[in-house]
Amino acid sequence: MKLIFERGKEGQRCSILPPCDVPEVTLKELGIPERKEKLHLPHVSENELSRHYTELGKQVHGVNHGFYPLGSCTMKYNPKVNEKAAALPGFTGVHPLQPEHTVQGCLEVLQQTEKLLCEITGMDAVTFQPAAGAHGEFTGLLLIKAWHASRGDRKRTKIIVPDSAHGTNPASAAMAGFEVVSIPSGPDGCVDLEALRQAAGDDTAGLMLTNPNTVGLFDRNILEITSIIHEAGGLAYYDGANLNAVMGIVRPGDMGFDVVHVNLHKTFSTPHGGGGPGSGPVGCKAFLADFLPGKQVRCSRGDGEKAGTEEAGTEGTRTEGAMLHFEAPSRSVGSVRSFYGNFLVVVRALTYILMLGREGIPAAARGAVLNANYMMEKLKDLYPVAYDQTCMHEFVLSLEGLKKETGVTAMDVAKALLDYGIHPPTMYFPLIVHEALMIEPTETESRETLDTVIGVFREIRETAKTDPQKLHDAPHTTYIRRPDEVQAARKPVLRYEFVEKEETV
Amino acid sequence: MMNPEALQYSKSHEWVKFEEDGTASIGLTDYAQNALGDLVFVNLPEIGDAVEAGEAFGDVESVKAVSDVFSPVSGIVDEINEELLDAPETMNSEPYEAWLIRVKEITEKEELMDAKAYEAFCESQEE
Repeated sequence: MKLIFERGKEGQRCSILPPCDVPEVTLKELGIPERKEKLHLPHVSENELSRHYTELGKQVHGVNHGFYPLGSCTMKYNPKVNEKAAALPGFTGVHPLQPEHTVQGCLEVLQQTEKLLCEITGMDAVTFQPAAGAHGEFTGLLLIKAWHASRGDRKRTKIIVPDSAHGTNPASAAMAGFEVVSIPSGPDGCVDLEALRQAAGDDTAGLMLTNPNTVGLFDRNILEITSIIHEAGGLAYYDGANLNAVMGIVRPGDMGFDVVHVNLHKTFSTPHGGGGPGSGPVGCKAFLADFLPGKQVRCSRGDGEKAGTEEAGTEGTRTEGAMLHFEAPSRSVGSVRSFYGNFLVVVRALTYILMLGREGIPAAARGAVLNANYMMEKLKDLYPVAYDQTCMHEFVLSLEGLKKETGVTAMDVAKALLDYGIHPPTMYFPLIVHEALMIEPTETESRETLDTVIGVFREIRETAKTDPQKLHDAPHTTYIRRPDEVQAARKPVLRYEFVEKEETV
Repeated sequence: MMNPEALQYSKSHEWVKFEEDGTASIGLTDYAQNALGDLVFVNLPEIGDAVEAGEAFGDVESVKAVSDVFSPVSGIVDEINEELLDAPETMNSEPYEAWLIRVKEITEKEELMDAKAYEAFCESQEE
């Protein structure tokens, strides 16, 4: 396919502007340095531009194309009403430095979403600055660090992370300046309590955990886990990656967690995975709220008297005559991103939560768990389940046996799914399971879709026996076949080379 | 690929070659490179760093995952194989040529296996 720079030619454009009717001023006259080289900008007409995007759209697989069971990523369908709300001019046409009284609606969005997320997570305050999950982890760890430091407790340098954790957990802990202590999982994929007790001590700053965990199981010892950490003097961090399985049913705050991040783009349904920016708001208990980054929305009465500034997130929505304003927490760790994070993602998430409501949120979680268990039960005779018990929103298959028997790998099966218009599940993760395929169907797929996909999985299993080469060579029908991942990692080409084009100009 | 008789092997799939001058070369076994898949990056320690038997001294990254590489001996890093930084694929193609580090002033070593015992160990891992 032609890249945008290879389409069109100098002089082609989407809009033709009328001649300038004010005198031209050069940057030089204003004392501003001028660019020495011309910028490389595409020159294309509107129809060429439109074709460019259509062509790109043909090469990808999004949730709008078909089933997308990418485990741990919660690729649920994003209702179009979210987009409608996020496109309202009152949200798109504002500037973050506008006076507060002119953007009360936007402040109300932040305030309401904070309140709803506090309700869902069992926290007392939320910041919307973090741009996505790992950024949220980093922010949450800064809160933990600031809290220990504020108490003069500087010997707490270690963060405990189970070996089944997402790779971002240890990475975020290291970024935040902590030493990472990895503890093994038990045979059931859950935290090994004995190993945790041994690891926890007076150098423990905290624990990072997802629950349900990375293999899709709810850790039934969760209360004991968080109390072991608290007794050691550490804080418990909840990675909200898997919140979709339990939202509206159990709350991280009630499990004993002190800090949590939520992936709005996953759990609360906004386009992600190349389709849009993320948002990883961080919630915390009241004793950590003073350390939050950025600014919090507060309500002040018309006469200037402030209300509800003590307990973050607990005040009601804006009442008649009241004004919302921003206030920086008193001992803030500073900003982790500009202004208020990816605000339009918050608008989409708020729309989603309000559309589903108090009944819909837990119903979505139940649907996600039901769909995952349905698929697991229908597949486990042909594809052994790594941890054979009732799962939450996702499950992990181990194709080690298949590989030994037929030579067909998890990668081959994943690639073969593409030929059926299905996005591959997450592969080779978690690392503790060999030849892993991690499947998360989400709640937004119908039973008919699940049955079709189950049929495809069974057909591929049959092909593995009769024609393994076909699977080694898959995909056969996609625009891009097997990208050379090794070459891409060893010799990455990260930008377009303009050299040739310059010569021809 | 046969595991060379002249080398000794660790349970974490590194090979060690004890040289006559008292140093030891350390690399990844054929079994390890096979399990890891195509290697695309390697992180090595610096010359003069201390390594400890049973502790990680570097890591290798394949398209699947990043894995620690453990030192079978305690000592001081005498030399690192800088060629691997640009050509990590040598660890896949010639695992027993592609040494990662040479260690001097060896004070301690892990319990190591000879080629035959290591082969049996790898087979037991397959089950």
